[in-house]
Amino acid sequence: MNDKIRNSAMAADPRTLVDEKIVLAFLSASLAYVLIAMLAGLLYSLQFIDMYPFAGIEFWSPGRWRFVHTQGVAYGFIANAFLGALHWAVPRLTRHPVLDRRLSWFIFFAWQAILVATVVGVLFGEAQALEWGETPVWIDPVAQLGLILVAINFLTPILKTKGPMYVSLWYFIAAFIWTPLVYAMGNFLPEYVIGGSAAGAIGGLFIHDLVGLFVTPLGWGLMYYFVPIILKKPIWSHGLSLVGFWGLAFFYPLNGIHHFLYSPIPMFLQYGAIIATIAVELVVTTVIINFFGTIYGRGDALRSNLSIRWFYIGMVFYFTTCLQCAFQTTLTFQRIIHFTDWVVGHAHLVMFGVFGFWIMGLMLYLLPRVMHVDEWYRPRWNHWHFWLTGIGMLIMFFDLTSAGLVQGFLWKALAPWSDSITASKPFWLIRTISGTAIIIGQMLFIANVFMTWRLSKSGALQSTPTQHDPTHEDDAGAPALA
Amino acid sequence: MFETKSGIFLIAGLGFFMLAFVVMALIPISIYSGESEQSVEEIAADGLTHEFVDLAERFPEKFNEYFGKPDPKSYAVALRRGHKIYVGEGCWHCHSQFVRPVSNEEQRWGSVSYASEYENELQRPVLFGTRRVGPDLIREAARRSNDWHIAHFYEPRYTVPTSVMPSYRWFFDDDGYPNRDGMSIITYIQWLGSWQPEYPYWTGEGPPPALKADAAPDAAGSEENV
Repeated sequence: MNDKIRNSAMAADPRTLVDEKIVLAFLSASLAYVLIAMLAGLLYSLQFIDMYPFAGIEFWSPGRWRFVHTQGVAYGFIANAFLGALHWAVPRLTRHPVLDRRLSWFIFFAWQAILVATVVGVLFGEAQALEWGETPVWIDPVAQLGLILVAINFLTPILKTKGPMYVSLWYFIAAFIWTPLVYAMGNFLPEYVIGGSAAGAIGGLFIHDLVGLFVTPLGWGLMYYFVPIILKKPIWSHGLSLVGFWGLAFFYPLNGIHHFLYSPIPMFLQYGAIIATIAVELVVTTVIINFFGTIYGRGDALRSNLSIRWFYIGMVFYFTTCLQCAFQTTLTFQRIIHFTDWVVGHAHLVMFGVFGFWIMGLMLYLLPRVMHVDEWYRPRWNHWHFWLTGIGMLIMFFDLTSAGLVQGFLWKALAPWSDSITASKPFWLIRTISGTAIIIGQMLFIANVFMTWRLSKSGALQSTPTQHDPTHEDDAGAPALA
Repeated sequence: MFETKSGIFLIAGLGFFMLAFVVMALIPISIYSGESEQSVEEIAADGLTHEFVDLAERFPEKFNEYFGKPDPKSYAVALRRGHKIYVGEGCWHCHSQFVRPVSNEEQRWGSVSYASEYENELQRPVLFGTRRVGPDLIREAARRSNDWHIAHFYEPRYTVPTSVMPSYRWFFDDDGYPNRDGMSIITYIQWLGSWQPEYPYWTGEGPPPALKADAAPDAAGSEENV
């Protein structure tokens, strides 16, 4: 892939293809939102251990700050980071620039305005009652338009390509079609058109498709691009790539109703959703095998390259969440774990443990390249970032999963409700502590990015631009580890 | 087909998405299309809850200022506002509205949820819920008194010492009486399940009805004995 890019006349200077400033802008916005969203989550968690600092103040209502947490992660952290990485990857994969750079910048500022409006809106009590669709109703049409513009901006260079397309582009094309459709389905149908249990089915499709048809295909598309580039090895099996893509495309959209099992939604559809969910796990296994086949023989990269380590730990977590999902979606598990912290643990592992980890790996790879530096301000801090985040994530996952079992069995035993609260409090304390570890990790990373950027401005870490080819991959990937 | 733009665009992108939409959304929509959706006005026309009238009697001046007379028209106004607060404050993050047929939930909360009770404007989007930190609320009507809710919204620890629910002081005037928002949210909560033929009576504290033979619940103090 890389040779193709390098040999192409169009790509003689990759900088005519890639607007590095916009990559940096999106990644910086993403880092700002990961901090905001995580601090909101930390604040919310304090309510559960009786330590909420702003009790009784309307603006600081914990329920409203939970919106900031979930919306900030989905649309601030993950969407911004993916848009940044796509501005890097799509022009390189297609050898065409995006449709219009001014459009990219317009999307950047519009998207940040949408995010700010969302945060302000939910903090003033204007939220909608659908997870990840909480964006106030008056922002929904603007966000919808933004997603369509994103699709147009990226699909244009993809449609210009001739000949066979690389795996990443399959995922990107599908994601650019799915995302606006999913957003429209979730934000307009249950609010204006459909009511009752059928709207529950659509709500289930929306919250699941947002993960499965927006975040997942973009995430995997980026993995298919960056892993081979950093490892300097092709993907192990083209056949498995096909199985993974088409399996995901077919089964993932059918999963949504598994969010409302034992609900008044028709039972045969609930069974269908369960079977489709278990099928997804089988598809995921093929993708995981493919990626471990790719790194086979280059296991040293896990040690020497921090980006690869983030990617592959994320993949291990991905396999874990999907395996967990294949069990928790069964009616047997649902009896106990539905409505408990088990599900919260699952959500954290998939949104942060997988996609958050991949994004961190992408940042480690991309940020030095778009800032034109050869090393980080403090390479050690990046290791601290990894270990604090990784250990914090693991503790949070096991803690919430165990808490869910305790809660579920206490409920089934008809214990007084307050017993389940009392029993949960130690788990909630550990959640806050593990979350704090994760936040400290992100703060170290953000501080490192900021200091590196400042030094890049002063030229202290600057490499001579002519020598720096952003498509050049050293074994270490992230320059800090060279 | 599997690697071409048109194949991915049309089959994976549009085709599979539409297939899933037909199967997983249009089928339930068509199944429930016979159930017409009630508007808030129609709900209110079915009759007021005792608790709404009780608020009017308890706080006559404030009630009159906020809602006027306790009639279907003012009831609809209060329900709508209460629902907006329930959604905007994220109450549904910690309270489900959905009794499942498993895990002894019928004994704890009352009869299992059925499709038609979600066919109304106040279930838009449907409030099945996502997590139960606090109890389910779809069978909450008349389970507890207005007084209990007033004390509980002001400071949840006054009625449930172990509670982790936030205190909602902005539902109250400076004199400690519920304001427009406070009365609206209480009206909304006391409506949830009021359409049931029989109100459940177990508060979730003390022994459940199923175990009554073993230990009779202390009717007067069951809520305090947590």
